[in-house]
Amino acid sequence: MYLKSAYEIREKYLRKDMLPTIFCPGCGIGSVLQFTLRAIDDLGLNQDEIVWVSGIGCSSRVPGFVNFDGLHTTHGRALAFATGIKLTNPNLKIIAFMGDGDAAAIGGNHLIHAIRRNLDVTVILINNFTYGMTGGQVAPTALKGLKGTTAPYGQFENPFDIAQLAVSAGANYVARWTVFNYLQGINSIKKALQKEGFTLVEFLSPCPISFGRRNRMKTAPELIRWYQKITVPLAKAKKMSPEELEGKIVIGEFVDRDRPGLVREYREYIKRAKKMMGWEE
Amino acid sequence: MRYPFPVGKADFIQGDEAIARAAILAGCRFYAGYPITPASEIFEAMALYMPLVDGVSIQMEDEIASIAAIIGASWAGAKAMTATSGPGFSLMQENLGYAVMTETPIVVVNMMRGGPSTGQPTFPAQGDIMQAIWGTHGDHMLIVLSPSTVQEAFDFTIRAFNLAEKYRTPVVLLGDAELAHMRERVYIPNPDEIEIVNRKLPQNEEEAKFPFGDPHGDGVPPMPIFGKGYRTYVTGLTHDEHGRPRTVEPEVQQRLIGRIYKKILDNKDDIISYEKFELDDAEVAIVSTGIVSRSAIRAVKLLREKGVKAGLLKLNTIWPFDFDMIEELAEQVKKIFVPEMNMGQLYHLVKEGTNGKAEVELISKIGGEVHTPMEIVERVVG
Repeated sequence: MYLKSAYEIREKYLRKDMLPTIFCPGCGIGSVLQFTLRAIDDLGLNQDEIVWVSGIGCSSRVPGFVNFDGLHTTHGRALAFATGIKLTNPNLKIIAFMGDGDAAAIGGNHLIHAIRRNLDVTVILINNFTYGMTGGQVAPTALKGLKGTTAPYGQFENPFDIAQLAVSAGANYVARWTVFNYLQGINSIKKALQKEGFTLVEFLSPCPISFGRRNRMKTAPELIRWYQKITVPLAKAKKMSPEELEGKIVIGEFVDRDRPGLVREYREYIKRAKKMMGWEE
Repeated sequence: MRYPFPVGKADFIQGDEAIARAAILAGCRFYAGYPITPASEIFEAMALYMPLVDGVSIQMEDEIASIAAIIGASWAGAKAMTATSGPGFSLMQENLGYAVMTETPIVVVNMMRGGPSTGQPTFPAQGDIMQAIWGTHGDHMLIVLSPSTVQEAFDFTIRAFNLAEKYRTPVVLLGDAELAHMRERVYIPNPDEIEIVNRKLPQNEEEAKFPFGDPHGDGVPPMPIFGKGYRTYVTGLTHDEHGRPRTVEPEVQQRLIGRIYKKILDNKDDIISYEKFELDDAEVAIVSTGIVSRSAIRAVKLLREKGVKAGLLKLNTIWPFDFDMIEELAEQVKKIFVPEMNMGQLYHLVKEGTNGKAEVELISKIGGEVHTPMEIVERVVG
C-alpha cells in the first residue's frame, strides 16, 4: 500500500476550523481516525456520500473534526440514528465511530440489534477500557483487576469481548487490532467499508491520561508495551489452552461473510408486500 | 400515486388508524416504533401501508431507538414519525430534547393511558400533558397538539407534520386510549385537497453554511439534509450558526436557545389553535382539551338549558400556551372550570393564565373513564 503523507490526508479530510482536537497527549483516537481516512482515500470513496454518526464520549467527537456530513447524537444511540439514515437514503455509506462504553454499555442493546438486523454500517470502535471523557470510570470491556475511578480497588466484573459478541450476533465482518497494527487496521477498515451489512473493526487504543495513569501506565509507550504483552494473534491463540489465554485479548480477523444486509432485505420486503397485495406481479 | 386506503371519501375507522393514514397523506415515509398499548394500531397500520408506498416501517428494539431512528431519517430527508404511550414517551424524552436542539422536524404521537409507570394500559388518561411540554431536560420549546375526535386525530396529524416542517421542530400529538380505539366516521381527503408544507432546503452553498443560523430572519434556518454535498455537522451540544460545538460561551447558548424559543413564540398566532363555544356572553367558562372536550360541549348545552350562561374554550394546541387569551377570558367570566383526566395539569396553565382575575376550579377525574357531561354540569352548578 502506498502511504500518502499525513499532511495530505489532513488537508483533504479535516475541518481546519475545528482543530485542534480535544484529544489528550498519547490518545489513540487520532491514529484510528487517520486509518479510517486513509482507507476512505485509498478506496476513492465519495466524501459527499459518507455520513459519520457517533454517540457520546471522546471517540464520538470525531465526526466533528472531519469534513463530511455528521450526526453527533446521544450516549449509546448512534446505531439507532444510523438505522433511520441508512433506510431513508441507502446511497449513503455510514461510519459509526464509537467508544467501548458508548457501544457496549449504554448502547449494548442497540449494538446487538443493529448487528442482528445486519444494518449496513461500518463501526469503528475505540476500546480503551475506560470512560475517558468523564474521567476514567471502568468500562464494560475493562479486564478484571483494572482500576477506574468507579472501581478504585480493581474491576470485579467480567469484561465484554465486543468482537466476539459481534461475531455471535451475526456481523458480516469483524476484526480487532491494536492501534499499533496500523497496516492490518487500515486494510480491515478498507474491507469493512466495501462490504454490505454490519461490519466492525475494534481497536485497542491507548488512553494514558484517564486510564493508564490509574493502572501504572502513565505514557503511551507503556500502554503499547502492555498491549503487546496481552494481545495474541488469532493463529497463535488457536493453539493455546483456555488457561493460557486467561487475561489475554485475541487480535485478528474473526469473521468475513456475506449475509444480505438490511437495505437489501427491506427492498425484498417491499417487493413481497406489493406482490401479496396484488399491486405488482 | 396509488394509496393503500380509499381517499376522497369517508371511512369508519379507529383513531390510531386515522393517524397512520393521515401521516401517509402528509408525506411521512419513515416510521419506527415499539409496540405499546394503546398506540400499537398506529404501528400496525404503518407496517401494512408503508411498504406499499415505498416507505419504511421498522420495529426497533425500544422507544429510545425508535425516536433516534426517526431523527436520523429526518436528517436523511424523510418526513418521519413514531407513536407510543406514556412509558415509551418517558423513554423518548432525551432524544426529544435532541430533536429540539438539532431542530429536527419529527412527529411523536403519544396515545395517553393511565399512569404513572405501567398504570392502566387500556384506559385513557390525560396525565402526560406536563411531560409533553416539559418532559425533556433543559430549556426547550416544542409544539403539542391535542385532538378530541377521530376526524381531528386525522386532521391534526397532517397539521403536526406541516408545523414540524415549517418550524423545524419536533411536534407532539397527544391523544388518549379512548381516541386511539374509538371508531368514528372520518373523511379521508384526496391528496390535492390537503395543504402540505415541506421544510426549507438551502438554495445555495452560502445558505447551507448556516444550518443553525437565521439567514431568512424568520428564525427557521434551511435544513441541509445529508448526502447533498453540504457536509453538515449536527450535534446536540450547544453549537454556533455553523453547527460547531461552542459549549463554554454563555452567549452562544443564549443565542441558540433564544432563537429556538423565538421561532415558536413569534408564530404563536399561526401555531395556536382553539375553538370557542357559546363564550360570547358566558359568565362561566370551561377550558378543556382532548377527549374531555366532547363531554364539555354537551355540558355547556345542558348548562344553557338550565339557564347558566356557560361557554367552552377547547384547546387544540396545548403548547405554546396562550396565557394572554386565558387572562382575557378571566376578565370576562366569574369562574373557570378545568375538567381533565388527571390530578390537575392543564389546570396549572389555566390558573397561571388567569393572573388571579377569575377563580379556577379543577374537575379532576382519574381511573380510566372520561367525565360524563352531567359530572361537569353538577360541579359547575355546585
